[in-house]
Amino acid sequence: MSELFNEMGGGKGQTRPPYVDIEAWLKTISSTDVERAKREAENRFRRQGITFAVYGDDAATERLIPFDIIPRVFSALEWRRLSAGIEQRVRALNAFLHDIYHRQEIIRAGRIPHHIITQNAAFVPEMVGVNPARGIYAHIVGVDIVRVAENEFYVLEDNCRTPSGVSYMLEGREAMMHLFPDLFVQQRVAPVDNYPALLRKTLESVAPAGCMGEPTIVVLTPGIHNSAFFEHAFLADEMGVELCEGGDLFVSDGALYMRTTQAPQRVDVIYRRIDDAYLDPLSFKPDSAIGIPGLVDLYRAGRVTIVNAPGTGIADDKSIYTYIPDVIEFYTGEKPLLKNVPTWRCSEADSLSYVLDNLAELVVKEVHGSGGYGMLVGPTSSKQEIENFRAILKTNPSNYIAQPTLALSTVPTYTASGVAPRHVDLRPFVLSGDQVRITPGGLTRVALKEGSLVVNSSQGGGTKDTWVLED
Amino acid sequence: MLGRTASSIYWMSRYMERAENMARLLEVGHRISLMPGAIEGHRDEWRSTLLSAACEVSYDEKHKDIVAAKVIDFLIFDETNPSSIKSVIRTARNNGRAVRTALTRDVWESMNATWNELVAVKSSDLTADRLPVFLEWVKQRSMSFRGAVLGTMLRNENYYFSQLGNFVERADNTARILDVKYFILLPKPSDVGSEVDMQQWAQILRSVSAHRAYRWFYRDSHYRPWLVAEFLMLREEMPRSLVFSYQWINTALEGLAQIHGKRYDCHDLAAQTLAKLRAAKMENIFQSGLHEYIRDFVIANTNVSAAIAQTYNFP
Repeated sequence: MSELFNEMGGGKGQTRPPYVDIEAWLKTISSTDVERAKREAENRFRRQGITFAVYGDDAATERLIPFDIIPRVFSALEWRRLSAGIEQRVRALNAFLHDIYHRQEIIRAGRIPHHIITQNAAFVPEMVGVNPARGIYAHIVGVDIVRVAENEFYVLEDNCRTPSGVSYMLEGREAMMHLFPDLFVQQRVAPVDNYPALLRKTLESVAPAGCMGEPTIVVLTPGIHNSAFFEHAFLADEMGVELCEGGDLFVSDGALYMRTTQAPQRVDVIYRRIDDAYLDPLSFKPDSAIGIPGLVDLYRAGRVTIVNAPGTGIADDKSIYTYIPDVIEFYTGEKPLLKNVPTWRCSEADSLSYVLDNLAELVVKEVHGSGGYGMLVGPTSSKQEIENFRAILKTNPSNYIAQPTLALSTVPTYTASGVAPRHVDLRPFVLSGDQVRITPGGLTRVALKEGSLVVNSSQGGGTKDTWVLED
Repeated sequence: MLGRTASSIYWMSRYMERAENMARLLEVGHRISLMPGAIEGHRDEWRSTLLSAACEVSYDEKHKDIVAAKVIDFLIFDETNPSSIKSVIRTARNNGRAVRTALTRDVWESMNATWNELVAVKSSDLTADRLPVFLEWVKQRSMSFRGAVLGTMLRNENYYFSQLGNFVERADNTARILDVKYFILLPKPSDVGSEVDMQQWAQILRSVSAHRAYRWFYRDSHYRPWLVAEFLMLREEMPRSLVFSYQWINTALEGLAQIHGKRYDCHDLAAQTLAKLRAAKMENIFQSGLHEYIRDFVIANTNVSAAIAQTYNFP
């Protein structure tokens, strides 16, 4: 690995400008202050029930995500550059989705092989020819970005289905403002708390064409046992809309309704937080108990808007990921502003043999996996773990992609042995409707174990408040 | 509002009320167990507690003998027993969690804090000296919840469904306690008016935290069966009585009728039940049978609950 990029700088070098105040602040607070603040923040989260569920972990079905009180900071200029790249990428992804479900010009032009679309499980044939409002498919995208140097950012993946984590961004900021108000007096930190209002605006802007008056919006959740249930409830509450389960909604006479204590009420826009497969037992999984029979036909007829649209998974599939730079060029006519991580497709013989020869240096992931499960991080794995993974990889190589182990940047983090650098990534949240809106900041996830590069909360990662300073 | 939201709020409130009543029943059982041979020379206080909690059958399926520690564990911690305090609070919280957007922060946080503290308590912690402290805590938490509802919720549909759940449950509990203690544990004719009999009636009053109120109200040092029954059934001053509960149920239903501009069957049923309680005379009730009267009331109360669920589209 090359030399690690510490976002605060300091040490031998100079402190990087966005962190000057943070560094000074760190010198003034004692470990007792920090302990107290951490405790207060966690009590706050626990009291409010800001928890997530870890699947396959019965003992602690509701856990807190550890919150680190040292913020991660971007300058206004850094953020302008980043968000230009993010916007370009998300616009291209939506153009790509429209094309894939219509004329498939990108395939005709030979920029993407036919089979990786049509033979992809994430391609939803029911979406072919459907015209969603404003042509938007991925209304909410979480773009996972890592940094390796001053001006070197990479997109790790695009989450175009039902990205989560925005509630941690918002509640993390609330906690910080509550615990350290002075920090916010000293510096001009761009606010994030209008995200729910912008989300609502975005959802309103994509109501079906036939919708008269103010559209009725609902959030659709699988229920309280879902790992992100807190966030579903939080967003519904913040937007002032109903939080529905599948059973609360039904299709009748060409419209979607919710069952209320009075007459059924018409619904125009569903912000769904359940997977495509469970949306509608008539169109997808017939045994889905959490879906709404007839919803997809209604959607295809343009009578209701589903956010994100079904079938957006084709844009964030890991087998498509490697083509995204081409996708951006094809639809925008511009060079990508944000880079992809170089990726080997294990389905290709040459790549596979390279990957097998270099397992100890690579990160190998399942094409369809998520949440940090079923992956190998070569440099931090034992010989035995690498050999075990080699065997698995050989049995089904096309299920995997490999990437170099990036030297993720570090940010000072409060650990048991004091302040120490820990690796981070960044998930900004991008809204697309009548316009593209990017909240300044996002969710910074931090790998709390020394040297670890896995930031997923299911694997012991934590979060930090993410600051964008105003000019 | 969604029918499911109304249902969850209703059941959340029912279960929080149930937790409090279970704590009271356990307090009484514990208290009597400290009085050697107070009742008929044998120790059936725990069977009586199981009966009052409607948990006797499920207990017998699981345990061969009635032992204080087992009964306490069964009624407080056993998660296979849907009526244990832990199960009841879990169900209340799950209902609240599903509709937390409809709750104020204070209501949710009160209930969530209760659950978080409860999961930290182990069965082995509750030695005889700690049990009363724990039961007191359960009652306090239920009161904190109710206080948050009364003090912070808008007087809208959410609030009225919460009140309905609270008082349908309370009416059911008071009726069952009176029935079980009176009918099943009926003293032998020779015991009437004896020390044993007095203990039984004191126990009933304690089960609804009313033994002091009784003395204040009737200015009588003797617990007289017809007065105790009257107190728990027909006195509008007594906040756990049937008639008191039904006043609140009617008020809440009236609130919903105002919001919706519509009255339904459940309004009529609840109004009839209240009118019947108001017109009732204790001597007539005793003449035609207290047990029969209470049984009819429990059925009427169940019918009101079912009518509410049907009218407001509970899933």
